[in-house]
Amino acid sequence: MRRLLKYWFIIVAVLCADAAHAQMKATAQNVPEIPYESVRNFLKLPPNLYLGEAIGVATNSKGHVFVYTRSANTRLFEFDQNGKYVREVGEGLYGFEFAHSVRVDPEDNIWVVDEGANLVIKFNPEGRVVMVLGHRPEVVAGAIATAAGPAPPAEKYTFSRPTDVAWDPQGNIFVSDGYGNNRVVKYDKNGRFLKQVGSEKAGREPGQFNLPHAIAADGKGNVYVSDRGNNRTQVFDNDLVFKTSYENVGTAWTVCISPGPHQYLFTSNSNPNGNPPGSWDNTGEIYKMELDGTILGKFGHASKQFGGFQVVHMMDCRNPNEIVVAEIESWRVQKLMLKPPQTKISYAK
Amino acid sequence: MKRYLLSLLASMLLSGITVAAQSAPEIRFDSEPGLLKFPESIHLGEAAGVATDSKGNIFVYTRTGHPTISIGTSRAFAHGGSRLFEFERNGKFMREIGQGLYGFLVAQQVRVDPQDNIWVVDQMSNMIIKFDPSGQVQLLLGRKAEAERIPALPLNRPPGAPGGGGGGEGPAAPRGLPGAGAQSDIFQRPTDVAWDAAGNIYVADGYGNARVAKFDKDGKFVKSWGSKGDAQNQFNTVHGIAIDSQGNVYVADSGNKRIQVFDPDGNFKTSISNVGSPSAICITPGGHQYLYSSNSNPPDDIDANGEIYKLELTGQIVGKFGRAGKAPKEFGTVNAMDCRNENELYVGEIGNWRVQKLTLHP
Repeated sequence: MRRLLKYWFIIVAVLCADAAHAQMKATAQNVPEIPYESVRNFLKLPPNLYLGEAIGVATNSKGHVFVYTRSANTRLFEFDQNGKYVREVGEGLYGFEFAHSVRVDPEDNIWVVDEGANLVIKFNPEGRVVMVLGHRPEVVAGAIATAAGPAPPAEKYTFSRPTDVAWDPQGNIFVSDGYGNNRVVKYDKNGRFLKQVGSEKAGREPGQFNLPHAIAADGKGNVYVSDRGNNRTQVFDNDLVFKTSYENVGTAWTVCISPGPHQYLFTSNSNPNGNPPGSWDNTGEIYKMELDGTILGKFGHASKQFGGFQVVHMMDCRNPNEIVVAEIESWRVQKLMLKPPQTKISYAK
Repeated sequence: MKRYLLSLLASMLLSGITVAAQSAPEIRFDSEPGLLKFPESIHLGEAAGVATDSKGNIFVYTRTGHPTISIGTSRAFAHGGSRLFEFERNGKFMREIGQGLYGFLVAQQVRVDPQDNIWVVDQMSNMIIKFDPSGQVQLLLGRKAEAERIPALPLNRPPGAPGGGGGGEGPAAPRGLPGAGAQSDIFQRPTDVAWDAAGNIYVADGYGNARVAKFDKDGKFVKSWGSKGDAQNQFNTVHGIAIDSQGNVYVADSGNKRIQVFDPDGNFKTSISNVGSPSAICITPGGHQYLYSSNSNPPDDIDANGEIYKLELTGQIVGKFGRAGKAPKEFGTVNAMDCRNENELYVGEIGNWRVQKLTLHP
């Protein structure tokens, strides 16, 4: 019995170690609840077309919805503002290997970040490739096992499982990179390297990252990075100089900043993959904040049912009262209509 | 410290490459980066090869789609990953050639011979594939490996080594110098193909081997020369090949930063340097022939190299143009050049997934 207890302790320790990296309960108290409704049957897929893990979601200026999904092959689909299927973009593209992010810039260019091909790809609004950042590893020599040991020094123009992309008002490009490296890189609008913050090494200090998982920029060119492994959102100025850090809203999986004169920041404390015991009680909600970190409210909770969230991987907040979320573990995209906040928690578990 | 910096600066200025690059006159040019028009569902990947035929039609051999390894009988099989497209000279899409072909894995080069046959070099299937102008396979050199080793074996194994470039290679050829390759049409990541006036075939072989292999016009192996190294007659990545009207063979020896020139029998004639790392070369037709050579940037850096040189066949630099980058008129790892017309070049880029048509204003 004592031996059994000993093993039990080890198992719990292992689970906790894993969970500590993957989730954190938010420390913010008395956050108002924002009620919302999820639109029924929002995306209407044609017969024989299925979403896999709904990894990336973004809207363009017309309200069209782009979904970058891990199905048998990674694919990019476009739907209109009513969720009607429009087309596939980049069918069979060389750079589509393992989806991670899709974003639409102010000129309606469509950008995808592929962590299987180590590429950031820019499509024009017509859906043709106009720029490629990074280089897909050569497949010439067949599959090569991933090297063990420390990552090689981060290079200016190669990524190691990049995660997301953002732009400032001048069109400079910011890439969060990623699972292999732990840095954010700034390029000019023609893709020429300008500077970076962080490195290939993970760290906890300001300006260091442990899995920079998402990125967004505000109207002044400040850059917000979801530093997922460190459970914080780091804020940098346009030259990637550290400004501040928001650390009271749980694990920062993904970030979105609404456009317009009064911008809002949305960050998701997504429930962890695998749904370990207790995780649904502690995580799964999305926070709405002012850019300075003031919390305005929160919404949502972990659930496999419609209306709940199952590992939110990406959000679109072009309209701060209509949030489109993509989920990993429920292979779905939901459109959420937010209502004015209430001070009392109202959802039923 | 200051003295150190000064001497560093002086040595940089004195280095031949820097001087050549500075003294070569700039050639003005314009670019048409969006010439090629694709059907909705077809996209270029890395534009490894580009060539034109006598009508001006444009052929592009591109790394696109999903290169796939599947599992069977305890072995891993490789499929797909490259496609060959033909366009009219105005950029209108005409057709796909060799759709689903067994040898299309990693596009490396496409060239069109004087009879308008289309030749494709595939770096992973280790094959040279000749299509007739109608698009039918006419001649094959090399053999695709039956299965892939995972993890991959290192390059440049001795010929006939176990698990080698292809199951069923036949009897092992005698072991030669490193990079000399099998005295046969078993290639190791070949890069380019060219022909002399008699139709003899010359294959640049390549990344794995360090040799030039010569075949007669029917594909019968004649000889090969070269081995790994930096001495005369040795190569460090044979990255391109072109032949002038006299039958002289120009070999882009990119790792050694030179173009070695041989007579048709492989006897060394001369070496051209001061043009960076020649990664793609071509020779114009006609009475006065010119040689173009691209000092292509590596795929992971657009802040180095990238310029293209125009040379006399003697090696004298006529001028240079362009630099590495992603904007139009900039180059992202040029892997192929077509110079059927002296002042109208097509360049295929690995880094920018595009073909640019360049008009030079010398």
